[in-house]
Amino acid sequence: MNTLNKIKRTGPVLFSEYEKGSAVKKVLEMEREDILFEIKDSGLKGRGGAGFPVSTKWMITAAANADKKFIVCNADEGEPGTFKDRVLLLEYPELVFEGMIIAGYTIGAKEGIVYLRAEYSYMLEFLENFLEEMRKQNLLGKNICGKGFDFDIFIRLGSGAYVCGEETALIESLEGHRGEPRNRPPFPVNTGYLGFPTAVNNVETLASVPNIINKGGEWYHKHGTDKSTGSKLFSVSGDCKYPGVYELPWGTTLNEIINITGAEDTKAIQVGGASGICLPATEFGRKLSYEDISTGGSIMIFNKSRNMLEVLKNFMEFFVEESCGQCTPCRIGNVKLLEGVEMIEKNEYTIEYIEKLKELGRTMQVASKCGLGQSSPNPFISILENFKDEIFNNKPVLN
Amino acid sequence: MNDSEKNIRNEFIQTLVQRFGKERTALLPVLQEIQKKFFYIDEHSQQEVARLLNIHPVEVNSVISFYAFLYDKPRGRNTVRVCKNIICNYHGSLEIAKALSTELGIGFNETTKDGKVTLEYANCFGMCDKSPSILVNDQIHERVNKESVLNLIRDLK
Ligand SMILES: Cc1cc2nc3c(=O)[nH]c(=O)nc-3n(C[C@H](O)[C@H](O)[C@H](O)COP(=O)(O)O)c2cc1C
Ligand code: SF4
Ligand code: FES
Repeated sequence: MNTLNKIKRTGPVLFSEYEKGSAVKKVLEMEREDILFEIKDSGLKGRGGAGFPVSTKWMITAAANADKKFIVCNADEGEPGTFKDRVLLLEYPELVFEGMIIAGYTIGAKEGIVYLRAEYSYMLEFLENFLEEMRKQNLLGKNICGKGFDFDIFIRLGSGAYVCGEETALIESLEGHRGEPRNRPPFPVNTGYLGFPTAVNNVETLASVPNIINKGGEWYHKHGTDKSTGSKLFSVSGDCKYPGVYELPWGTTLNEIINITGAEDTKAIQVGGASGICLPATEFGRKLSYEDISTGGSIMIFNKSRNMLEVLKNFMEFFVEESCGQCTPCRIGNVKLLEGVEMIEKNEYTIEYIEKLKELGRTMQVASKCGLGQSSPNPFISILENFKDEIFNNKPVLN
Repeated sequence: MNDSEKNIRNEFIQTLVQRFGKERTALLPVLQEIQKKFFYIDEHSQQEVARLLNIHPVEVNSVISFYAFLYDKPRGRNTVRVCKNIICNYHGSLEIAKALSTELGIGFNETTKDGKVTLEYANCFGMCDKSPSILVNDQIHERVNKESVLNLIRDLK
């Protein structure tokens, strides 16, 4: 493995001092309700993008009555511009795996599954060895730390499909099917892997848990903003001097990101990956947080030399390719939006038609079956609106 | 495919089923291993997997066709993937793609005549901070340039 990772900035929350195994030992002496209270106090929300409260997800899964339960670590990390889970898995696997053990104990699961994207299969051997080491230290396997809890973790590989990061598609894939999202409800917390209650959590969400156990929910809650507690890992790429992964408190502004990463002449920042929104300089004072610009952490910086229509086209090509094709708004809609971009590119468009396409985008946002089709119009709408001068000016428009 | 080739595959699939089990959940791991060893999942292997796991062969093929990294057509012994997403484009991935294409004498989605390399584009593989990066089989090579990729290619077996 030749990737030198090194997180560019480790903050005081996710990466506060941690002694391997300490949170697991502590948690195995706690009552489940107390763990859930601690997580609830922390205010921890899902880091995979949707921001669902972790305590609620775990509480429902814990309350479900079933012979078996599962905790799944979503390591599909397919959103363009996101790579923080890669860095966590390679540099802090103990936090991720111990987070899974704690989740398993809390919800009553004996098995944890890591769904690792195929593109990350170069990590497999390292992670397998790490798990083996944990088994030797009795942090996994039977009767963990002599406290009577059995739990083990297995890694399963994906096979190159962005949509498999969507939790129900992920479960379909684990079950040996095409990774097509399911209708919800039922939700995985009730009917998940093989029909059993399953909590699916992002790598970073799980990695946040051990420190919350050790230091308490209240400690965690002190960081960030009131509605966005703790810190967040941001994957920063594009036109900046120091691309990489940064742990920053929620509430950090885009201007601060620009300064920290040494970006110059910044014209646009795409927040949240291809499925996120694109903001112009006038909006760089906005805060990264669930209440303002919510994101799984992908930050792509574009300087003044970049062509925003080209950027948009690249995103739409991505969605056309990655749509699973199961539902019409997404299957047809993304193709139409891409065609619209190509029409603008060739100067063969009318403003009325582009407005209609934005309307189509808004329909996709509500009518698509899963988050892919619900969010793929975001860059189309935000780039065409926020960069309309650049894109439409100085071009003759057909009427 | 002659009988001996079929037998080799049958035996291999047998060991996979022993390792992963006969449940439906074993399907992807089994297909992934066949893919790794034989570079694609031929029709005979699909049928053998279908028979042992008790799944309809059409269903097996439909699963293969869903996933970008599973193939039912012959391919090279190595796969070189270049990221085609915007961050890598802006860090020179298109020039790298061109250099690879010229050196190998093939276009994208094509395989060299000697069966050594299949060239492909892929979507973002999470190396945007070390862009441009390429995937050679399952290994990442970060911050490559036109010269370094050509060396990588020459080292392939
Ligand atoms: C198209 C699509 C792709 C997704 N990809 C990922 C992913 O790669 N990793 C992830 O953690 N969540 C991804 N999600 C979100 C998951 O569905 C789910 O919300 C998440 O894994 C829950 O974990 P969390 O609550 O800890 O964030 C994706 C969602 C959609 C719609
Ligand atoms: S929205 Fe797109 S990806 Fe999601 S189910 Fe529909 S077609 Fe598939
Ligand atoms: S954009 Fe190429 S690796 Fe992410």
